[in-house]
Amino acid sequence: MTILFAGLAAVLVVSSLMVILHKNPVTSALFLVLAFCSLAGIYLTLQAEFIGMVQVIVYAGAIMVLFLFVIMYLNLGRDVETGIQIAVRRGLGWIVGAVLLAEGAVMFGRRWGLGPVTPGPSRPPVGNTQALGQILYSRYLFPFEVTSMVLLVAMVGAIVITRGQERARRESMGTRAGARGPGGRPPRTHAEEAVAEPGLAPAAAGEPEEQASVAGSARP
Amino acid sequence: MREYLPVLVFAAVAVLFAVSTIGVSTIIVPRRSSARKMAPYECGVEPVGDARQRFEIKFYLVAVLFILFDIEAVFLYPWAVAFRQLGLYGLVEMGLFILVLVVGYLYLLFKRAFDWN
Amino acid sequence: MSGVPFLLPVDWWALGAVIALSGGAMALLLLEFLPHGPESNRAALVSLVTLLAAGASVFVVRDSRRALFDGMFVHDGITVFFTFLFCAIGILSVLLSWDYVKRTRINRTEYYALLLSSTLGMVIMAGSNDLITVFLGLELMSLALYVLVGFRRSHLESNEASLKYFLLGAFASGFLLYGIALLYGATGTTNLQKMTAVMSDSPMLENPLFVVGALLLVVGLGFKVSAVPFHMWTPDAYEGAPTSVTAFMSAGAKAAGFAALVRVGLSTLGAVRTDWVPVLSAIAILTMTVGNVTALLQNNVKRMLAYSSIAHAGYVLVAIVAGGRDGASAALFYLAVYSLMNLGAFGILTLLGRGTEERVLVSDLAGLGFRHPGLGIAMTVFMLALGGIPPTAGFMAKVYVFGVALKAGLVPLVIIGVLNSVVSVFYYLRITVAMYMEEPQAEPTHVSWAVPGALAVLAAVALTLWWGVQAHALLDQAQRSVLGGM
Repeated sequence: MTILFAGLAAVLVVSSLMVILHKNPVTSALFLVLAFCSLAGIYLTLQAEFIGMVQVIVYAGAIMVLFLFVIMYLNLGRDVETGIQIAVRRGLGWIVGAVLLAEGAVMFGRRWGLGPVTPGPSRPPVGNTQALGQILYSRYLFPFEVTSMVLLVAMVGAIVITRGQERARRESMGTRAGARGPGGRPPRTHAEEAVAEPGLAPAAAGEPEEQASVAGSARP
Repeated sequence: MREYLPVLVFAAVAVLFAVSTIGVSTIIVPRRSSARKMAPYECGVEPVGDARQRFEIKFYLVAVLFILFDIEAVFLYPWAVAFRQLGLYGLVEMGLFILVLVVGYLYLLFKRAFDWN
Repeated sequence: MSGVPFLLPVDWWALGAVIALSGGAMALLLLEFLPHGPESNRAALVSLVTLLAAGASVFVVRDSRRALFDGMFVHDGITVFFTFLFCAIGILSVLLSWDYVKRTRINRTEYYALLLSSTLGMVIMAGSNDLITVFLGLELMSLALYVLVGFRRSHLESNEASLKYFLLGAFASGFLLYGIALLYGATGTTNLQKMTAVMSDSPMLENPLFVVGALLLVVGLGFKVSAVPFHMWTPDAYEGAPTSVTAFMSAGAKAAGFAALVRVGLSTLGAVRTDWVPVLSAIAILTMTVGNVTALLQNNVKRMLAYSSIAHAGYVLVAIVAGGRDGASAALFYLAVYSLMNLGAFGILTLLGRGTEERVLVSDLAGLGFRHPGLGIAMTVFMLALGGIPPTAGFMAKVYVFGVALKAGLVPLVIIGVLNSVVSVFYYLRITVAMYMEEPQAEPTHVSWAVPGALAVLAAVALTLWWGVQAHALLDQAQRSVLGGM
């Protein structure tokens, strides 16, 4: 068992290091997958089968896909930051790393205990997943149901953020053609202003309304 | 842990297979490279630009929605395992959970989030 | 914990607000697909009815006290008080949004659905007696707010605000979650009452797990109430968000964060109160001072009110530091008054400007007091109240908070607080001066009158004055809520 743990932990540490040391972000992301998988293995050795499976299904499977998507969207071939940014980031990284190292040292030195609670029997009478199911769907019923609302809000949010455009555009077309503003004249929008004043119109191509409000809004 | 032994054997065989095939082929492969041979292969056509291109946001939307329903499925798993103990009570609470997400699903459906164009 | 799950008796009335709000949000999402015109008020109406129903259902059981779901969610005085407050904030926000979202072309059903979801998150935060529920409520509230802040999709500043708020908020959630995990490791429970019981048995301050966990908890919640030094997101998010959303989040999110802090302060941290006084005092002093001094330098009213809201978080923190039931009831009183004044002030800003334009600079307010006397008077009332000048409710709130702090022997904190209030008067009066003593330099600001928005502002003015004169009515309520909360 100890050998298994040592092997998995070694893979975990090495792949985590590769995540931050590798120059190519896509390769880093793939090492992160490896890290997640070895973490799942460690969960298995702790008899937390469900967490291990979730680790593989959700993290290594789904969330890493998002990571890769973001890397592709950002179009980061290589690190593109300038020297000073890297220096600042490295400096911060060293400081935070030192703090964490000190924390680890203190932890080992003082033996941070579990407090007054003694850990339960290492092996639950029924399977781990079943025990989890029984707790999750009885005592933790309320948080469980709230989770569904959180997921719902996330769905709506994803749609609003990515898909709102066409509908909003259609609506704004409708109001611009039909409604008249107070005082009898049609409401003057940023888009029209920007068109009226070519100096304000942004150079970037795209929806005039999309970009124009950027130029139109002032910021102290 | 004994029940994981087959998994371990399976994983070991998989690793062994991968290592051996790649290792053997690197050993016995003849090395005669030319410029044309080293070029990235793209269906026999000269490669057009970089593989890293920006692509449309709707791919991302699909990925996000996949995660959300993936998490929902994860919740179903311990529920199914403990279903006998939970009984009708469990059925009702999972029904509520699913109901909320069905509302989300209908919303996505009507919003044409699943349509590609 | 036995193998057999226990059936939980559910008190449906006590959960009324939660059920109504989630039902309303879901109904709105489906309603979106029944045919309606682009100018439809249907979503706003449904939200109003939902919020009223939520408030009414809590009103029915306002005197009952019970713990639901094995102590995950409690229905007590504090829950009732905050649920009323959040419903009121929601109702006023819906009224303010009514015409504003149409004018700025963000009139989408999802707007109101997210507003209701966010309110639901706040209610859950206020009622949760367990750190897991606190976290879920906070996430529900915040997720909806991230999207609402970025609702003006065609507006770069709105996108930027949303992104910043989201990134920093995600960090704060991480801190909070890590803190909860450490506290669980130290005490073996996430339930606040059980945690307090464990702590009375063993000296927890010896345990670094507990200390670090509690600190991280304070960081996570401090972010939501925008206490310095976790306030960086506030000005940008408040400025970039649609003004009606700013009004909603400045009142609601802050009150919800403090609701959780009050509950934690009354139980877990309250048990080791003396050890927390230095930490929280330092945060309170920083928050008041940085907020007020930076507010002096702002020319954008939204930004200025953002810094002012940071400063007000500092005053509420003074009440939390004072601790105990008195401190808690002072915090409740202050939060109710603060929410009203702030909603009113931002509400007036929603009326300014034509179409999608935003007229929120101090210079845009020039001459407003003469051209629109009603708006001028209302804004003056809010500014006086925010500055803590009698006879407004803001004055009574400050008197009560500082009184409680004096009784707790926090003299330096009170002195700094009073000095800060004096500083704050400068920038609040600057707005009044602009409205009455300056001439508009460019085209005078157009006021887009709207009946619902004006009604909301009127209600806020009336209550701000009424609670200034009849403060004890609200105060009694706050005190009784806290008494019933233990």
